[in-house]
Amino acid sequence: MTEAYIYDAVRTVRGKGRKGGALNEVSAVRLSALVLNALKARNTLSGHAVEDVIWGNVSQIGEQGACLARTAVLMSDLDESIPAVSINRFCASGLEAVNLAAHQAGADGAGYIAGGVESMSRVPMGSDGGAVAVDPSIAMAHYFVPQGISADIIATKYGFSRGDADALAVESQRRAKRAWDEGRFANAVLAVHDINGLPILSYDEHMRPQTDLPSLADLPPSFKTIGEGVPGFDRIALMKYPQLERINHIHHAGNSSGIVDGAAAVLLGGREFGNRYGLTPRARILATAKIGSDPTIMLTGPVAVTRKILAQSGVQIGDIDLFEVNEAFASVVLLFLQAFEVNPARVNVNGGAIAMGHPLGATGAMLLGTLLDELERADKQVGLATLCIGSGMGVATLIERV
Amino acid sequence: MADFSMKTDSSGVATLTWNAVGRSMNVLTQPAYETFAMLIDRALADESVRGLVITSGKPDFSGGIDLNALAQLVEQEKEAPARGVFDFVMKGHHILRRLERAGMDAQNSGGKPIACAITGTCAGIGTEIALACHHRVMADTPLARVGLPEIRVGLFPGGGGTTRLTHMLGIAAAAPILLEGKMVDPHTAKAAGLIDALAEDPLESARHWVLQASQEDIVKPWDRKGYKMPGGTPYQASGFMTCMGASAMVHGKTWGAAPAVKALLSAIYEGALVPFDTALRIEARWFTHLLLQPSPRAMIRSLFVNRRALQKGAARPAQVARQQVKKLGVLGAGMMGSGIAFVSARAGMEVVLLDQTQQTAERGKAFCATTIDKAIARGRAEADHKAALLSRIHATAEFHALRGCDLVIEAVFEDPQVKTDTLARAQGAVPPETILASNTSTLPIQDLAAGLKRPDQFVGIHFFSPVDRMQLVEIIKAPQTGPRAVAQAFDYVRKIGKTAILVNDARFFYANRCILPYLNEGIRMVGEGVAPALIDHAARLLGFPVGPLRLVDETSLDLGARIARANRAQMGVAYGNEDADRVVQHLIDQGRLGRKAKAGFHDYDARGRRLGYWPGLARRYPPQALQPDLVHVQHRLLFVQVIEAVSALEQRVLSDLREGDVGAVLGWGFMPWSGGPFSWLDIVGAQWAVERCDLLAKRYGARFECPPLLRGMAERGERFYNAHSIAAEAV
Repeated sequence: MTEAYIYDAVRTVRGKGRKGGALNEVSAVRLSALVLNALKARNTLSGHAVEDVIWGNVSQIGEQGACLARTAVLMSDLDESIPAVSINRFCASGLEAVNLAAHQAGADGAGYIAGGVESMSRVPMGSDGGAVAVDPSIAMAHYFVPQGISADIIATKYGFSRGDADALAVESQRRAKRAWDEGRFANAVLAVHDINGLPILSYDEHMRPQTDLPSLADLPPSFKTIGEGVPGFDRIALMKYPQLERINHIHHAGNSSGIVDGAAAVLLGGREFGNRYGLTPRARILATAKIGSDPTIMLTGPVAVTRKILAQSGVQIGDIDLFEVNEAFASVVLLFLQAFEVNPARVNVNGGAIAMGHPLGATGAMLLGTLLDELERADKQVGLATLCIGSGMGVATLIERV
Repeated sequence: MADFSMKTDSSGVATLTWNAVGRSMNVLTQPAYETFAMLIDRALADESVRGLVITSGKPDFSGGIDLNALAQLVEQEKEAPARGVFDFVMKGHHILRRLERAGMDAQNSGGKPIACAITGTCAGIGTEIALACHHRVMADTPLARVGLPEIRVGLFPGGGGTTRLTHMLGIAAAAPILLEGKMVDPHTAKAAGLIDALAEDPLESARHWVLQASQEDIVKPWDRKGYKMPGGTPYQASGFMTCMGASAMVHGKTWGAAPAVKALLSAIYEGALVPFDTALRIEARWFTHLLLQPSPRAMIRSLFVNRRALQKGAARPAQVARQQVKKLGVLGAGMMGSGIAFVSARAGMEVVLLDQTQQTAERGKAFCATTIDKAIARGRAEADHKAALLSRIHATAEFHALRGCDLVIEAVFEDPQVKTDTLARAQGAVPPETILASNTSTLPIQDLAAGLKRPDQFVGIHFFSPVDRMQLVEIIKAPQTGPRAVAQAFDYVRKIGKTAILVNDARFFYANRCILPYLNEGIRMVGEGVAPALIDHAARLLGFPVGPLRLVDETSLDLGARIARANRAQMGVAYGNEDADRVVQHLIDQGRLGRKAKAGFHDYDARGRRLGYWPGLARRYPPQALQPDLVHVQHRLLFVQVIEAVSALEQRVLSDLREGDVGAVLGWGFMPWSGGPFSWLDIVGAQWAVERCDLLAKRYGARFECPPLLRGMAERGERFYNAHSIAAEAV
């Protein structure tokens, strides 16, 4: 790949992804337009500056259907001459959008906006259906279980306890609070206003900074009922992992990612693009990778894809200064820490989705922006962002400051 | 004479009567179906016919399709089996669809009402024909049963029943009927929506319905504009959860070892997303796909054709006249003896239940009362039968009470001296023509016979636990056993409604000969550091109902140790099972004797509920860091059994292949989907099996050495069942 650079990255604040959440009244199209407009304004781009908008979005139905990406461009201040494409790689859609854009920018030297959006309060997760869970030919042959069960399989197979997961959750909340308190997100985060300019939300609504171990201890495990009761997904897990005696259900609302609304966008391009618009590149895309893995345990992708990106880039794990590993579930991060024996202080330095939430299609782009901001703040060089993905996949992006 | 005939009465109602020639039950054959179709067409074309009633000329409506012919269809269509089976199934769809549309045009006008008068029990294609009719009325007979039991022989309703029932009741309501294959009584069927009405005289009621039916009455919901499947389709909110749950639940319950349920669920799911006629075509595709797999054909052969043949006495000495057991003696009122008393009294026999004291004998009778209470609670027995059943059981401690017994079965403590003494005393108390039998599971019948005055009138009748639930009985023939004793045993087993196989008197007979190595192989793996969960799960994933470690806990470790000791004494250096024995001894040393001690390979709570594997197991036998492949564990558990089955045939312990297969599936739940060990070997091929045996023998020891019979078959490219003569063997 020839060079692709990151010039800017923004994200919205995240609202609770349910009725009553602050962003429930704001459509995914509007959230998308907000971040697109911000990139245009901050970088004084002309309306036709970029080649394409590559937009991650998972539940592409209802108001997120019919190529939300193009609808968002039409609603934004960008010119109608800019096309757009919605993509779905589940939870990593936002990062996959960046990777696709990076490869195109590397090839044509042009500018791209990549990112994504999810309004989980307006278009609920799973509302787009999907054969993988219901078509018996697929569901049975590939031992389909919901993600929460998969996260609990990881915990069981790799020996993570409820205490391990809860400790990680408390730390995520602590780090997120510190980051907000110290203004570490100030460069990237956008408050959401209404059509009259009145404020709607100016902070990450899902956060619970007061969380401690005792307060988490009372929460019931979220996936025990569908695992051990009806329809009995644990049996499916044991059929695929017969060496396990039973599934240890450690995940609950407090150590799993929050359901939230939000959008994020990254401005990428070749050198020529930056030169043309007088922009200074902040980081270079060193490598990208994606893999497929066992769909039943489903969420082990970050380990496999990181191994792949290391092998393919020649970078050593020790060369990487900071990591963003999406906190879809605590066990996903615990597995990453166990597999690479990296210092936990370098992973998710400013908290993650357990504290601030995981707006599916947007999160990947949010992680990349957070990573870049922190590399700059801490004056470090190399960072890796990676996410686990539904149906067993993994995506990673390796960046280096320039 | 044809199986179907039609007559029109003065009011213009034609009655199409099904009365299969030369059969006691209406079973659908291909030529009969063609007659049926022709008569339907004639009635629809005949202007003097106002409507049609389909009924049976027999007490029951139908037993279903000719399964034997169905199984042979694949062989008959050798050139292009998929095309042949699919076309055959589609032809059936066209017949019933023509019936259902009854001459209506695309706007649902025209047509004639068609009702089905279900005279009695109605199964399979019979039910599918009824579902295609516009109205179903069933005789209100408590003993009649109606349903779609295809799943029980590894099939699913492929005559439109799957699609019609799903479209009629919705996925959530139809799936259990299709998946469980239960035959239900008329009231239950009506409540479930399977039939529309009950009547004393279903024919008259059906005729009346036809005469008053409106146009609205004869249009099926799915043929109307705006049809919505009850409960929603897979991508509507409610249907989505149903379908996601159904896949997981069904897959989990069957441990993935039931090809028919996978095909059935796919037919339901895919059919729910398209128009009705397309759904029928999809049903035909999945049915064809299923029938082309070896599993349903093997299941039909073992669980239907051959099981029936055995029930009818295929292995019984034909020269001896049928005998009645009116009065039965049972010696020993323990769990087995009481169970035998229960099933015999249930079948209408007078039972003398004898034990050492009146009190212990009464305790056995109380066990029978508990058993029937449980059966009533589960809807498997009628409450008002309880008193009559118990009144037929006479608990006693007096041997002279055995007078008048036609058959006496001994089920006392498993000790040769105790058994010999008890049998001798019984023989002294009964007339010379009375047959004596032993329910021993481990002692040679010939040794017990040697202690009796009339050894030719002595036979082994080996039950499995729990007696009221297990379908198999082994009849053990010692060299001294005469044909009348064998015949009596068969007649008795038939009367209690179980299936008997005839086994020659050899160590552990047939079933235990295969089960014990299965248990030992599982135990041996524990000693090697294979994760206990992997061992039991491996067996479940093959389709065995209980993993070996759990089964050992159920049957108790001390019993296993006792058998092992006797075995070791008998076999000397050839024994070779010390590795497993050491593990068992370690548990016994800790007082872990199995479920009865609330401690075995598993921990149990105070109420005897299984909690998990005993953590001490992992301390004493730490699991290997790298666990073996699932397939390796499975092959070890499977081949130890299959090799024993083959050597039992080779050594003439089994004299009939069919008994080996039927016995294995009924006796210890040997992978039902496979049709039994011999059917399984035919499915995988002798050559492959020999290669696996050689590999396993090299790796794990001599117990996996391939029996010469199987090796010879592999060399000659032979199969156990001749593919072209399933019928010939079955008759």
